Amino acid sequence: MSIVTVQLGQCGNQIGFEVFDALYNDSHCPQGLCSKRENEVYQESCKERFFSEEENGVPVARAVLVDMEPKVINQTLSKAAQSGQWKYGQHSCFCQKQGSGNNWAYGYSVHGPRHEEPIMNLIQKEVEKCDCLSGFFIIMSMAGGTGSGLGAFITQNLQDQYSNALKMNQIIWPYGTGEVIVQNYNSILTLSHLYRSSDALLVHENDAVHKICAKLMNIKQISFRDINQVLAHQLGSVFQPTYSMEGSYHYRRNPLGGFKDPELYTSWLAPVNAFSAWKTQRAFRKYEKSAALVSNSQFLLKPLDTIVGKAWNMFASKAYIHQYTKFGIEEEDFLDSFTLLEQVVASYCNV
Amino acid sequence: MTQSVVVQVGQCGNQIGCCFWDLALREHAAVNQKGIYDEAISSFFRNVDTRVVGDGGSISKGKICSLKARAVLIDMEEGVVNEILQGPLRDVFDNKQLITDISGSGNNWAVGHKVFGSLYQEQILEKLRKSAEHCDCLQCFFIIHSMGGGTGSGLGTFLLKVLEDEFPEVYRFVTSVYPSGEDDVITSPYNSILAMKELNEHADCVLPIDNQSLFDIISKIDLMVNSGKLGTTVKPKSLVTSSAEALKKQHQKPFDGMNNIVANLLLNLTSSARFEGSLNMDLNEISMNLVPFPQLHYLVSSLTPLYTLADVNIPTRRLDQMFSDAFSKDHQLIRADPKHSLYLACALMVRGNVQVSDLRRNIERLKPSLQFISWNQEGWKTSLCSVPPVGHSHSLLALANNTCVKPTFMELRERFMRLYKKKAHLHHYLQIEGMEESCFAEAVSSVSGLIEEYKQLDATLGTPVEDLPRLSVAV
Repeated sequence: MSIVTVQLGQCGNQIGFEVFDALYNDSHCPQGLCSKRENEVYQESCKERFFSEEENGVPVARAVLVDMEPKVINQTLSKAAQSGQWKYGQHSCFCQKQGSGNNWAYGYSVHGPRHEEPIMNLIQKEVEKCDCLSGFFIIMSMAGGTGSGLGAFITQNLQDQYSNALKMNQIIWPYGTGEVIVQNYNSILTLSHLYRSSDALLVHENDAVHKICAKLMNIKQISFRDINQVLAHQLGSVFQPTYSMEGSYHYRRNPLGGFKDPELYTSWLAPVNAFSAWKTQRAFRKYEKSAALVSNSQFLLKPLDTIVGKAWNMFASKAYIHQYTKFGIEEEDFLDSFTLLEQVVASYCNV
Repeated sequence: MTQSVVVQVGQCGNQIGCCFWDLALREHAAVNQKGIYDEAISSFFRNVDTRVVGDGGSISKGKICSLKARAVLIDMEEGVVNEILQGPLRDVFDNKQLITDISGSGNNWAVGHKVFGSLYQEQILEKLRKSAEHCDCLQCFFIIHSMGGGTGSGLGTFLLKVLEDEFPEVYRFVTSVYPSGEDDVITSPYNSILAMKELNEHADCVLPIDNQSLFDIISKIDLMVNSGKLGTTVKPKSLVTSSAEALKKQHQKPFDGMNNIVANLLLNLTSSARFEGSLNMDLNEISMNLVPFPQLHYLVSSLTPLYTLADVNIPTRRLDQMFSDAFSKDHQLIRADPKHSLYLACALMVRGNVQVSDLRRNIERLKPSLQFISWNQEGWKTSLCSVPPVGHSHSLLALANNTCVKPTFMELRERFMRLYKKKAHLHHYLQIEGMEESCFAEAVSSVSGLIEEYKQLDATLGTPVEDLPRLSVAV
């Protein structure tokens, strides 16, 4: 079963590259620290998921790269090609010239409808290459304009067009202290829209990953590359095959299967049901033992609450609103977003 | 990748523009080793096959043949433009992209705006349209001018309205040189206030500069060079000075060094849009993040380092020094005191080998000494461009939307009122067709309105930051 990845904006594309790199390196790692047969079965199971085999045996990532300006995509494509081990499809990218200017409204209301057709066509082509589509993995940031605005638009489209396939959005929560000044506006608009159209939101906070780099990995001068690689490592270990019910040598066919219910685990649910543990003998990327924890908990309550609070304060002074109304996002749209997110916050609080 | 067109108006505008093109060529020459015409170069230059007569000569890819600046040069007297066309940059400019006259504007905004405006409107439109046609995707017009004279001030601001009407989707970034207190043009307050109204209404973003600040910066550089301080030497290839000879001549042309600083400002402003980096920042993001309300679009700029550091492997302490310097008054291009005023927003554009952790560490360090408005406590916009400026290992451009510009405008208004009350020199303006006293009244009223907006924001300084009550929802 295969997953089609859609990488949006600078963040999405930079991370997407690291993810595919990590996945490739893991599945082609000769040393699985397990029996040879185990390794072979693992590799078999890896094969179809994220890469397709094409000309001269170089695996091609099942990905669509989207950005509204060309610099990052060009870099991403050439980095992949340079590795000599895997690459992106030649015609798998969609690029424009002007960028979205960190403006969610521009990404959603202008770029979205304008480029809907070619982007959905590209995705359709990737889907057709899959024997069996398990779902979509959309990588985007919340703070900017393309990843956030266009990402929300595309996710909605995927919901309409492929309602049976699972949509998982990898969203990057920006640093608390400014990468982008209007990041709180962009974030609340993104979250409120994704809530309606995505099946699962996998969240990574830049602040948290930064801390991992600093404290756990002791990197002195942390770059975005370091952060992205940690992220990719985490994602990779979540997505690689694990045993399905039948036990050893049988791997789960559907990598996204377990995420199907984003329900809250409440106190009256027996602990054994609340926790799905997937395991495999085979080591991930040369680590003897590794564990990846994906949880749906109140962990995100505080950051969410903070972002909503800051956005609300800014909204009350009407700062920057003219930049959004210019492109069709009115004050009511903001209010709708606030309302929805306050409800989410309240729901998490009541658990 | 988008393109930008530079429109340089008047003596000041053209002299700065000339420095800009010189530095831009050198920057691209240093970065682009293979001589291939790429997207970065295309943002400011066209690639032309000079053997082809007429318009067909543009080459979009492949080797660089002959580079032409995406520029329109306008001046109402011929001296400056002629000098440019006879100088080393003559091949960079397209003869068809010039508009000149002989008589000049006599330091009179009304002559520049009303007389020459209507006289040359058609030509201006034609040249602008031409330059836009040469662009694949035109994103921004950079207008360079001074406020105190007649052509730059009057015709330069006339242009803004034309650009707004003809190219509404294209950003208008204006670099304006404001007159210093000891300006020798008596009517400069009139010209400046009349121009300010146009800037208020038709510019997307204004970078005010004043000559005094530039002069102070140059003096400081001279001091560092001449005192022979250990470890600080200005590398001959650095873009701070336009050539090694200029350094030896001790700035015989004092404006040269000053103009270079402004040129550096424009280069650094556009670097993240032209070159790659781990966190890009395009020109439309500048406006989006730094202009919270349409009228408040005046940005205080500061550049560091202004002199190179001797060694390339900078220990962290020196890197942090660069950030501190950016917030020191010595490095600002306009005299103002942002630390004691209110920040509405701040952008840090870093070039070179600087990583996100360096950025964050310095923001954390500097934040406590700066006051941000209550609804934008974390109002930082950052960008990281991998390509450093020529001759440096890294650099930082800080753009601040800060209420500290208020005193500058108030002072300008003061000087204006002193002249206006006595009706001094007014007849020079009123005799121009289309000029009436109401023009003056409207202009000063526009500036007063702006000052009032800053005052209201300043009033919130010192009041405790309270969170507003949130929406309460039923679950």
